[in-house]
Amino acid sequence: MKRASAHRSEQASAGPEHQGPAESRAMARTGMAQARTGAMLDTIGAWLLGILWILPLLYAVWAAIHPPAYATRFDLFAPLTLENFARAWDAAPFPRYFLNTFFLVTMVLAAQLVLSTMAGYAFARYEFRGRDFVFMLVLLQLMVMPDVLIVENYRTMSWLGVRDTVFAIGLPYFASAFGIFLLRQTFKTIPRELEEAARVEGANGWQILMKVYVPLARPTYIAYGLVSVSYHWNNFLWPLIITNSVNTRPLTVGLQVFSSSDQGIDWSVITAATLLSAAPLLIAFLLFQRQFVQSFLRAGIR
Amino acid sequence: MRRTVLKSLAAVMAGALFSLPVHAQQPVDVEFYYPVAVGGPITKIIDNMVADFHKENPDINVKPVYAGTYQDSIAKVLTSMKGGQPPQLAVLLSTDMFTLIDEDAVVPIDGLANDAAGKAWLGGFYDAFMQNSRSGGHVWGVPFQRSTIVMYYNKNLFKAAGLDPEHPPATWQELVDASVKLTKKDASGNVTQWGLEIPSGGAFAYWLFQALTTPNNAILMNEAGNQVMLDKPAVVEAAQFWRDLSVKHGAMPSGTIDWGTTPKDFLEKKAAIVWTTTGNLTNIRANADFPFGVAMMPKKVRGGSPTGGGNFYIFKSGTPAQQKAALKFAQWATSPERAADWSIATGYVAVTPAAWETPKMKKYAQEVPAAAVARDQLAVSVAEFSTHENQRVTKVLNDALQAILTGAKPAQQAMTDAQHESDRILRPYR
Amino acid sequence: MARNMKMSDKDAGAAMPRAPASPASAARAMKAVYGWLLLLPALLLLAAFTHYPAIATLWHSFFSTPKGRRPAVFVGLDNYQTMRDDPVFWRALWNNLWFALGTIPTSVALALVMALWVNRNLPGRGFLRLSYFTPTVLPMVAVANIWLFFYTPQYGLIAQVLGIFGLPGVNWLGSRETALPALMLVSVWKEAGFFMIFYLAALQGVSPSLREAAMLEGASRWQYFRRVLWPLLMPTTLFVLINALINAFRLIDHVVVMTRGGPDNASTLLLFYIFQVGFSFWDTAYAATLTVVLLAVLGLAALLKFRWLDKRTHYQ
Repeated sequence: MKRASAHRSEQASAGPEHQGPAESRAMARTGMAQARTGAMLDTIGAWLLGILWILPLLYAVWAAIHPPAYATRFDLFAPLTLENFARAWDAAPFPRYFLNTFFLVTMVLAAQLVLSTMAGYAFARYEFRGRDFVFMLVLLQLMVMPDVLIVENYRTMSWLGVRDTVFAIGLPYFASAFGIFLLRQTFKTIPRELEEAARVEGANGWQILMKVYVPLARPTYIAYGLVSVSYHWNNFLWPLIITNSVNTRPLTVGLQVFSSSDQGIDWSVITAATLLSAAPLLIAFLLFQRQFVQSFLRAGIR
Repeated sequence: MRRTVLKSLAAVMAGALFSLPVHAQQPVDVEFYYPVAVGGPITKIIDNMVADFHKENPDINVKPVYAGTYQDSIAKVLTSMKGGQPPQLAVLLSTDMFTLIDEDAVVPIDGLANDAAGKAWLGGFYDAFMQNSRSGGHVWGVPFQRSTIVMYYNKNLFKAAGLDPEHPPATWQELVDASVKLTKKDASGNVTQWGLEIPSGGAFAYWLFQALTTPNNAILMNEAGNQVMLDKPAVVEAAQFWRDLSVKHGAMPSGTIDWGTTPKDFLEKKAAIVWTTTGNLTNIRANADFPFGVAMMPKKVRGGSPTGGGNFYIFKSGTPAQQKAALKFAQWATSPERAADWSIATGYVAVTPAAWETPKMKKYAQEVPAAAVARDQLAVSVAEFSTHENQRVTKVLNDALQAILTGAKPAQQAMTDAQHESDRILRPYR
Repeated sequence: MARNMKMSDKDAGAAMPRAPASPASAARAMKAVYGWLLLLPALLLLAAFTHYPAIATLWHSFFSTPKGRRPAVFVGLDNYQTMRDDPVFWRALWNNLWFALGTIPTSVALALVMALWVNRNLPGRGFLRLSYFTPTVLPMVAVANIWLFFYTPQYGLIAQVLGIFGLPGVNWLGSRETALPALMLVSVWKEAGFFMIFYLAALQGVSPSLREAAMLEGASRWQYFRRVLWPLLMPTTLFVLINALINAFRLIDHVVVMTRGGPDNASTLLLFYIFQVGFSFWDTAYAATLTVVLLAVLGLAALLKFRWLDKRTHYQ
C-alpha cells in the first residue's frame, strides 16, 4: 500500500496537469479511507495504552476504598469503606508532612524564580568578560544535579549546621540551571526596542527588568513553576538523607517511612496514604491541564 | 547554660537510688528514636507509653521520634550523630551493637545500672536475648521488642492434604514430606498453592538462614564479632537444603521470596507453611479466616532459631542526667507489667520470665497458645548474626544466599566467596 | 538552544574597555559590575552545591574513610583499586547502562507516540492526556508500592491476568533475569507522560499548513512524519533524551522500595550503591570514589550533547 501511494505521489508531484479529475477524486477517496482506518487504529491503540497507563492509579483507588481482605481480590460486590483513609491519617502525621512539603515547594520555587530571573537577565542583557565560560559552568548543573552528590552535600549541610531543616532540603536547588537557561532564552527573544523605550522614559536597569522583561516572560514562569513544583513535591532521596524528624519530613519520605513495615505490606493503608499525598497535585493537574500544556507551548520549551 | 545546671544537679544526685524519683529543677529531655517493625497503631502505643511514663516521672520528658524500619532507624541515628544532634535513647536492632560501639555512640548499660537493683534488672532477661548484648565484658543493649522465627501453618490445608493439623513437621525430613504434599498444581501444571515459603528477599535472608543453620548445629560468627564461619560443611549443607526445597522438591517458589508479601501469601492461602517472625502473630491472628498453628523450627541435629528484634541503647552524647533518665525509661518499659502490655499489643516476645508470670500474660498465653511458642523456643535459640561492619558483612551473606537461591552460584562456591569477602572486611578488627 | 548559545558567542565579542578613560567605557564597566552582581547569588549557590561537591568528591576519593577515632589518611589510588576489584560495582555500572539503554529510547518513543495521538482529535482526548500524564504527578515511592502489588507472584495483578490465560506466573522481582526489566518498566511508565508534554507543545507549534501541503502531495503519514515532523521535533527530542538520560542515573526511588538492589545485586543501580555505601556502610571515601565514576558518566553525556548532538540538530 505504501509503495502504491508513493507511486501515486510521484505521479502527483510530476505536475497537476498530468492528473485527470477522476484520478484525483479516486485518490482523495483512498486517502480518506486510509485516514479513517488509520484513525480507528489510532483510537484503539491510544485507548489501550491509556487504560494500561492509568491502571496503577485505578488499583490504588480500588485498594484504598475496600477493606484489606479485598486488596488483592477483585470482587465487584466488595464492601466499600473509608476506614483505610482514617487508619492512614492516624498512623502517620500527614498534616505535618503536607505542611512541610507545601512549605518546601513554595520556598524552593520562590528562590528559584528570583535567582533565575536575575541570572537569566544578566546572561541575556549584560556583557562582561567570562560570561560564556560562566554560562558553561551553569549548564553543567543540568547534567550533574545535587542528587548525585549526596555524600558531599550532606557534609556541607552538617558544616553549615542546618541539617534536618526544610531549608536544608531546598538549599541545593535554589540555583537552578534549567531556570536560568529558560529565562535567558526567553529574555533574549524580547525585542530591544521595548527596553529602549523604557530607558527613554527614564527607567533604570532594575525597573526595566521588573516592568518589561518579567511580565513578558509569564508563560515561561508558569511552565517552569509547574516543573519545579512537581519535581520537588515528589523528590525522595535527598530529603530522605537530610531529614530525621517529623517536623521536617516531606510527604515522600513520610510515605516511605510509613509503608516500609517489617511485618508485611498492607496495600489498603499504603494506597490510601498514597492517594492522600498525591491528591493535591492530581487535583491541580485535573483543573489546570489546559493551562499546563499551553504554558509549555508558549514558553517555547523545545 | 542548661547543661551546666543539669550537670550540677546530677552531681548532687549521685548516690541516689534509681527507685527514688529524681528531683530536678528542670525536666530532663530524652529524645527517643524507635522503629516501627510490625503493623498496628504502634505510634499511638508508644505515645501512650510515653505519656504514662511522664505521669509517673514528671521530671523526665521523653520525646519519641518515629524512625521507620530497623534499617532506616540505624541510618537515622548515625546520621544525626555525625551531624551533632544525636538522640539519647533509641531502639535499634540487637545486631547493630558492634556498629554503635565502633562509632563510639553508646555507653555500656552495666556501667549505668551498676547498683544492686540495676544488676538484678540486667540479670532478669532471657539469656538468649542477652547474647546479642554482650561484648568486651560489658552489656551494651537491653531487650525491648524481641522475637524468634516461628513456623505458621494452615490447619485446613493440612487436613485437606491428609496431614495431622495438630502435628506440624518437627524434623527436616518431615518438613520436606509435608511441603511436597501441600504443594498443589492446577490442570496446566502451574502451582496454585505452595507447600512452604521461607523468605529470602530484601535484607533478611541471613536471618531465615540461621533458622536452618542452627538446627544443623552451626554457628555463623564468634562473640567478638570479628570472625565468621560461613564455609563450614554444616553451613553449606543448610544452604543446599534451602535450595533443594524449591529445585529438588518443588515445594517452594524458586528465586527470592519477598519478606513483605510472605505473610500476605499465607493469608491468601497461597502458601501452606511460612517461616516468619513471631512479631507477625497479631497481624495473622487478626486477618486469617482459617485456623492456623504456630510451631518451632524443625530439627535436624537439634532445634533452634536465631533471636531477632530491637534493644534499647543509651547514647554517649547524653548528659549524665539524660543518660540516667533514658535508663529509667528503659527500665520502666521492660518492667514485667509494661513488657507484658507491649508483647500483647504487638506480638513480640515479652523479654523477661517475670513478664510471663504476670496475670495478664498468663491469661494471654492461655487464649493464644501460639504466643508461647516463641518463648519456649528461647531455650534453644542463638544470637542473631552480628559482626563489626555489620551492614556490609550481612550484605555479603545476603548476596551469597540470594545467589544460591536464584541458581547463580552453587552453594559451596557462594559460601566460600562470602567467607573470603567477609574475612577481608573483618581483618582490621582482629 | 545551541543557536542561542552561538549568538551569545558573537555578543561576547564586544570589546572590553582598556582604560576607563571615556564615560562610555565607564558605563560599560559599570554594566559589567551589575551583570556580575545579578549573577552572584545564583553562582554562589551553584558553586556550593554542584561545583564544589564535585571537586570535593574527587578529593575525598583519594583518602580513607575516617572511622570513630581514626582520621582520614591519604591513600592515593587505593580506593580506585578496591572499586576495580569490587564485583558489585561492576554489576551496578553494568545494570545502570542497561537500564539507560532500556528506558531512554522506550520512554522517548512512547512519549512521541502519545503526543501524536493526543494531538489528533481522537475521542476521549482529555481522558487520554490525563491518563498519560498521571504517573508524573504521583511520587515514585508511592507508585513503587503499587507496582510491587502488580509484580507479586501468585495473586499480584500480572499473575492474576496471566492466570486467566493459563500461563505460569513469574517471580518478577525475585529472579535475576526479570528484576531489572521490571524496574525499567516502572521507570518508563513514570516518565513517558512527562516527556509527552514537551512533544505536545512542540507539535502544537507546527503549522498545520505543512500537513496540508504534505497531504496534498499524497505523502503517507509515515513519510510526513519522517521527512517533516521528525526533523522539526529534533530539538525537543534532544531535550527529552538528555532528561531521560539524567533520570536514568538519578532516579533510584523504585530500587529502594521494590528490590533494594536484589536479588544478589541483579537490580542495583550506581546511585543506589553509592547510597548504600555512603549511608548504610558509612564508607564515605568509597562512596566518593563511586560518585566520581557517576560524574564521569554524566560528564561524558554532557560532552556528547554539547559537542556532537547539538551540531547535528536542525533548528528552525
